[in-house]
Amino acid sequence: MFKATSRNPQAGPSSRPGSGLGSNPEVKINRRLSGSGPSSRYPYRLNFYERPPTMDITLEEFEIFAISRLKVLTQIHALLDRSLPPQQYRELLSSTVKQHAALSSNTARNVRLDEERRRDEVGHWVLRLAFCRSPDLREKFIKTESELFRWRFETDDAVEKQEWLKSLRFDWVTVDQAEKSLLLKNLASCLPKNANESQVMGDHYVKVPWYTVPDLVSTRRVYITGGNAYVPQAYQISLVLQAFRERLGKALEMTAKSLPRMDEDDRLMPILSHLSLSFLTNISANDNNFFGEQDPNSEKVTADMVDALAVKHFPACQYNLWRRLKRDRHLKHYGRLQFGLFLKALGLPLDEALVYWRRGYGQTMSDDKFNKEYKYNIRHSYGQEGKRTNYPAKSCQQILTGAQPGAQDSHGCPYRHFAPEQLQQLLVEAYPVIQVGSLELREVMDSVKKTHYHVACTRVFELTHPGNVKKGEGIGGGNMVNHPNEYYNKSLEYEKESKGMAEPMQTD
Amino acid sequence: MPVPMPAQGIGHCHSAKSPEVMLAFYRRLFPYKPFFLWLNQEHVPSRLFTHREFAFTLGESTYVRYNSFNNVEDFKKEILRANPTRFEIGPIYNVRPRDRKSVPQHVLRPELRELVFDIDMTDYDEVRTCCSGGNICRRCWGFIAAAVKVLDQSLRDSFGFKHLLWVYSGRRGIHCWISDRHALSLTDDQRRSLVQFLEVVKGGKEVAKKVNVRNGNDIGPLNANIEHALDTIKADFVRIALMDQNCFAEEKGTETLLSLLAVDRDTADSWRRKWSSSGVSSMDKWQEIMSYGAKLMKAGANSAAFRKFSNSTEDLILQYMYPRIDAEVSKRRNHLLKSPFVIHPGTGRVCVPVEVSKVDDFEPTAVPTVGQLLRELDRPAGNPAVKGEDGQDEARKLEHDYERTSLKPYIDLFEKHVTAVMRDNREAKKVVQDSKVSLDF
Repeated sequence: MFKATSRNPQAGPSSRPGSGLGSNPEVKINRRLSGSGPSSRYPYRLNFYERPPTMDITLEEFEIFAISRLKVLTQIHALLDRSLPPQQYRELLSSTVKQHAALSSNTARNVRLDEERRRDEVGHWVLRLAFCRSPDLREKFIKTESELFRWRFETDDAVEKQEWLKSLRFDWVTVDQAEKSLLLKNLASCLPKNANESQVMGDHYVKVPWYTVPDLVSTRRVYITGGNAYVPQAYQISLVLQAFRERLGKALEMTAKSLPRMDEDDRLMPILSHLSLSFLTNISANDNNFFGEQDPNSEKVTADMVDALAVKHFPACQYNLWRRLKRDRHLKHYGRLQFGLFLKALGLPLDEALVYWRRGYGQTMSDDKFNKEYKYNIRHSYGQEGKRTNYPAKSCQQILTGAQPGAQDSHGCPYRHFAPEQLQQLLVEAYPVIQVGSLELREVMDSVKKTHYHVACTRVFELTHPGNVKKGEGIGGGNMVNHPNEYYNKSLEYEKESKGMAEPMQTD
Repeated sequence: MPVPMPAQGIGHCHSAKSPEVMLAFYRRLFPYKPFFLWLNQEHVPSRLFTHREFAFTLGESTYVRYNSFNNVEDFKKEILRANPTRFEIGPIYNVRPRDRKSVPQHVLRPELRELVFDIDMTDYDEVRTCCSGGNICRRCWGFIAAAVKVLDQSLRDSFGFKHLLWVYSGRRGIHCWISDRHALSLTDDQRRSLVQFLEVVKGGKEVAKKVNVRNGNDIGPLNANIEHALDTIKADFVRIALMDQNCFAEEKGTETLLSLLAVDRDTADSWRRKWSSSGVSSMDKWQEIMSYGAKLMKAGANSAAFRKFSNSTEDLILQYMYPRIDAEVSKRRNHLLKSPFVIHPGTGRVCVPVEVSKVDDFEPTAVPTVGQLLRELDRPAGNPAVKGEDGQDEARKLEHDYERTSLKPYIDLFEKHVTAVMRDNREAKKVVQDSKVSLDF
């Protein structure tokens, strides 16, 4: 047994409210008590984790609680990356949380509330210690923790939620009726469909500086004037989340500063290091990194081969860039980046890349200009200039959510960034199998309409490789496309397979 | 005293490409003092200046990043030594940028930065008819002017910023620098959210309809903030897009117009036939569209058909006139942006501040070039070309060289802006101090 009390309250005097309830943190709770009704330490299901736990825990619990919370957080991270439809996202999240980090409301029966809440609290604080050490870890921790918090907030009992909110005493300014009626039309214009002005008068609005609710601002769900955003009741979760993130961020930095003081403890540090490492690796295991290291077995791709490969194996995004470069003899910056890194990752070496791009620009550019302004960038993307980072090719995730194409740009994901008509044109042009007005094309366009861009791209892969994968098999084994290079590699692999089957004796 | 030179030879030797010209500009004309005060916001050098990154472009293509300076004298000395063709301003870091090698790489982190915007004429290539690419003329400047007015209004009225400095970028664009305290401390997330709020015209080459701001509800109202903007640009749409640029005169324009309006196929076809003969102006077409709208309204002002149609005309106006900002510039604190008062290497023009109230009359081609300014300096005192000053005033020794040139009004404007920024900074500090005092007691 050890006393966590003496170790981790460094998490910050700032996060400890100076007064108010629970100023006596030494409450000992008997966790063997059967749990009906909330105790004084955990009056609410939701928790801002302002006070570090001070009870005794065993080393075993220290690790177990942390690991089960970590499972939830890594799962959340993976889910966030997959850009799932909200419904599916919620279902998956809900099942994981229930399994590893269940929290019941005060009204729940036959549940040991205190035990659940203690697990939750201890798990959170241990992970704070593990993840405060680098900005990367902190950022991931805050992101996933607030997602978990959001889920719990949304699923909380309405009455309990209100009481919990009251206990936090936020200093939000309530908008009075007079001001509301003055701004009536403006406020109503920001409401969702089918809402009307009478709803504004009945709603509880608060007024906060616009930058405290960035997510509402970015989607224009609030009216903004004089630097203030007017937030209706339904969106106040944003404010709570923002506060959660901010406080957690500050507390983590404080913890990081005081962490060295417990370095001498050789029982906790190994556990913490192990936890943070597995958080990092778990995530990198989900990322497919295509750096363009040459596989010694694969044949070298040359500039001359690109055109032939493009027609047979490129996903729509890269096909579009390839044809744009051919047609316009030019690509804007992000287009060059997306296409260039893709080519690098499929095995086009630097010298061939220079040849390919030089030819691609053709007569529109003098050799001098190319050498001066473009060569550097190509070399840079191969890690030969500047800070010499070997950049990986962009994944679907990055292409979908990264820099959005401006009016003159051609990069991005065609399924996401093209108008339906242009997308159909592109698909028909790129993949002769797909016919105008065919059932298959309609299927693809339906997925696009439902914003399932991965699904649309994967379906196109299935359609263009009829001999290798059936509908629903994705790029093999039911996997979805999540990286243009994965699309390419699979396509190439299947071609070799088919060839191999057709001419089995060739190798002899 | 500079020796007066014969008028003919001057044009050549005063090109912005010549290092001597640039050096003369930095030595005699660049407004160091207001420049320093603008960034630093007070007289004593603070972190706002000492921890600030400056990036120099030397010659044609050498780029030197992470310069930082203790004070304005150091800055001036280095400018005169390195004589950059241009330089850019970056964020305030937690470590002096030039000392960055003394700390582990990940420690260096941008903390503060003016909120900046960049509007570039190339983003208007598909809507302007007079020029394309790097060119700009009096006529297409109208698009920029309209954008500036809308953005300025929205940043002031909605977001509550006060200290906006608009700077002509020297060729075909305009920058905006916001120096309010809370603008400086915005995080990248907050900047991104603001940019997304302002990004109304979206979508690449392959998207015809680039304005989708009604959350899929094509009969619903606009967000009130955009509605205000729309009111501001309606008149400009008629004046610029319809009358001056005549955007819908050609067949291509007509097709764009028809694809953006929510009308049934029969109506569209009848218009297409009617407008097929050349000589129907954009204005005539628009009037036809408006009278069609009036008819729809008579049939039912609340009908879905009318709402849908009228909304599509609003979206169309937004697509042509709403500011097209370069979003990536504004989203992150560490983006570098060309400083005011540097020389655009291509045109030789000075990046001068622009007054929003006069932006409609701004003449990009009339902005003084470095060559012109140096010629003005070379002019012997008492030259009648110096406006509004009689012989006696000429005799008075002027404090700065720039006062004898056409750069003066721009620097005056800049100084006025800087004074306001500093006043607010002083007051904000006082409030903090006062509250400290009251806490002590």
